[in-house]
Amino acid sequence: MRIHVLTDMHPEPGILRPAIVLLLLLTLLLGLIYPLAVTGIASAVFPQQAGGSLLQRDGKVVGSALLGQSFAGPGYFHGRPSGAGAAGYDAASSSGSNYGPTSKALLERIAADAERLGKAQPGQPIPADLLTASGSGLDPHISPAAADYQAARVAAARGLPVDRVRLMIREHTHGRDLGFLGEPGVNVLALNLALDAEAGRRRAPAGIP
Amino acid sequence: MTALGWLQILVFCGLIILLVRPLGGYILRVVEGRRHGLSVVLGPLERLFYRAAGVDPQREQSWHGYALAMLAFNFAGFALLYLILRTQQWLPLNPQALPALSPHLAFNTAISFVTNTNWQSYGGEATMSYLSQMIGLTVQNFVSAATGIALAIALSRGFARRQAQALGNFWADLTRVTLYILLPLCLPYALFLVWQGVPQNLLPYTEATTLEGAKQLIAQGPIASQEAIKMLGTNGGGFLNANSAHPFENPTALSNLAQMLSIFAIGAALTNVFGRMVGDEKQGWALFGAMGILFLAGVAAAYWAETSANPLLQAAGVDANLEGKEVRFGIPASVLFAVITTAASCGAVNAMHDSLMPLAGMVPMINMQLGEVVIGGVGAGLYGMLLFVILAVFIAGLMVGRTPEYLGKKIEAREVKLTVLAILASPLCILGFTSLAGVLDLGLAGLQDRGPHGFSEILYAYTSAAANNGSAFAGLTANSPFYDTTLGIAMLLGRFAIILPMLAIAGSLGAKNTVAPSGGTFPTNNGLFVALLVGVVLIVGGLTFFPALALGPIAEQFALLQGSSY
Repeated sequence: MRIHVLTDMHPEPGILRPAIVLLLLLTLLLGLIYPLAVTGIASAVFPQQAGGSLLQRDGKVVGSALLGQSFAGPGYFHGRPSGAGAAGYDAASSSGSNYGPTSKALLERIAADAERLGKAQPGQPIPADLLTASGSGLDPHISPAAADYQAARVAAARGLPVDRVRLMIREHTHGRDLGFLGEPGVNVLALNLALDAEAGRRRAPAGIP
Repeated sequence: MTALGWLQILVFCGLIILLVRPLGGYILRVVEGRRHGLSVVLGPLERLFYRAAGVDPQREQSWHGYALAMLAFNFAGFALLYLILRTQQWLPLNPQALPALSPHLAFNTAISFVTNTNWQSYGGEATMSYLSQMIGLTVQNFVSAATGIALAIALSRGFARRQAQALGNFWADLTRVTLYILLPLCLPYALFLVWQGVPQNLLPYTEATTLEGAKQLIAQGPIASQEAIKMLGTNGGGFLNANSAHPFENPTALSNLAQMLSIFAIGAALTNVFGRMVGDEKQGWALFGAMGILFLAGVAAAYWAETSANPLLQAAGVDANLEGKEVRFGIPASVLFAVITTAASCGAVNAMHDSLMPLAGMVPMINMQLGEVVIGGVGAGLYGMLLFVILAVFIAGLMVGRTPEYLGKKIEAREVKLTVLAILASPLCILGFTSLAGVLDLGLAGLQDRGPHGFSEILYAYTSAAANNGSAFAGLTANSPFYDTTLGIAMLLGRFAIILPMLAIAGSLGAKNTVAPSGGTFPTNNGLFVALLVGVVLIVGGLTFFPALALGPIAEQFALLQGSSY
């Protein structure tokens, strides 16, 4: 079907055929060939990242190096409050809290968290990132100050010297990209995995792997 | 505010300035149909497209023809996308067996992506199948961006040509921009993002067992390929709900810098394309300069406001407003991203705007309310700014009592009337719909926050829709028949009620002859003109929106200082 549209100058050729044909050809190129080509190259060159940077332990997927997860036990470092899903850290339902700066609900949540954290470690000021929810609800990082804040609790729960735990925090702190972009952070899951591995090494008698 | 924060801002600005000329030169070669490296490789594909579509790329169209072709293509895109979203449960590549979108959500999302708004009433990983993301959203990310660029080129031809009846061929512009500019930039960019950690696969969501033994379902998908065009095409609709705040969309501070650069790259370069087309690159730099001044003012204001004290949070022991922000970005890179994404009509977010300090959240709103002429959407920013240029030279003409000219073209009653029509479309949508939602129960039902912040949530939503931005004060639950429909209408009017008068202006200018500059001609490539242009943009936007802003963010700031919460 061709529709001829009269204008003041001259009739234009049909517009329906080019609209439909170009849309379908571009859909094929941009909607299938392009993403499939990127998928193919990515899985060959960067298979780990392309698959979601999954971390395995004993052959089981324990999470993604890029995503935070819930930690509640005293022997683990805890991440930030999370607005993802009803229980937090739902990696199939990312979200911030979206509370505005004058929100009563925000102030109540902060007060409750501050009371809980303050009970465990009275008298120390709480770093801001431990009292605020991230944008994604899946922030894998906490600030170095927030990790240091928890070091004594984790060390006591695990029976490790505090200095050893602080050293492990340093080892798992990544600096600013290119020295000036963003902020330093500690990957909570990676640090907790290292703590578990350390515990495993200490339990194993010397000489036996 | 810190020195490192300002360093990030200045490095960003420097890199954009370096990109303007080389990218501008390349875009010009492409849209003029000249030979370049890629046309040798992809030329056969381009010609195949024309043959299959029955298009003669040499045959140029009048402004009517150009507009009708653009409308037909956009309508076909809307229909196809709506169909895909309504039937995704029966289509392949849906490993999570996600159901079809509701009619109002599919309507809203289809309009949103066709108009380059990419508002997220949908929830990303919880709503969209991989097929919908690929052949639906990714495709419209490309072609809505190509449409915007084509339109800006058509308007530039109107200024550049003399006594011409035609503005170019829409089909050829669309095809060339897609094949030679967007696709070749996206391919390496997507791979860079994968390298940084963005997933790219077609696997079902992964079930992980956390260290404490809980189950965590991890969303997957072809994210990187969509992420690249989402930024470069100033689209901004996230593959995942949390958009560029999600570590899977924006894993590092380096990927964050790349994302910010790619939002501005093409829009900034188009000012240079315009300058070259009208035969005076300085004209392009004047537009870029005006945009740059408005941008830096916005960044400085937002950065200051976001790092100033919130007495409510301080009383609770929180000394920095990290609510809604990611640790890896921190405050400066989050604020910079927020200003960039709303200066351009991108709408991607790496921090939740709803949780910004009142005055910091006002800067994105103002950026959008000014018409997104600070770099702006790809193409849309240039033609939006050129409308303000017409208004500025008209006002200058009134001051000295002389017929205004721009680039040798006399600006007469017809052009000025059409300009005012285009400039009024978006305020009408924003203020009209905001007042409506503010008094109807249907509108108030979607609010999360009470008090002035609740009003800001509504104002932000219609501002974002009418400006075709797509970012949100996301506490507002917008996936309801009322919001989906009214926001959809605002997006349509915000796009096409500006494009059609703009193309009519292009047609009318193209038909005019140029007049030689005389001693009385007001030069438009110097600092005085830049200052006048900035003034006109600010006065028009300021007078239109100050009352609404006073009820939202400004009232909230006073409440905050008083210690009131809602």
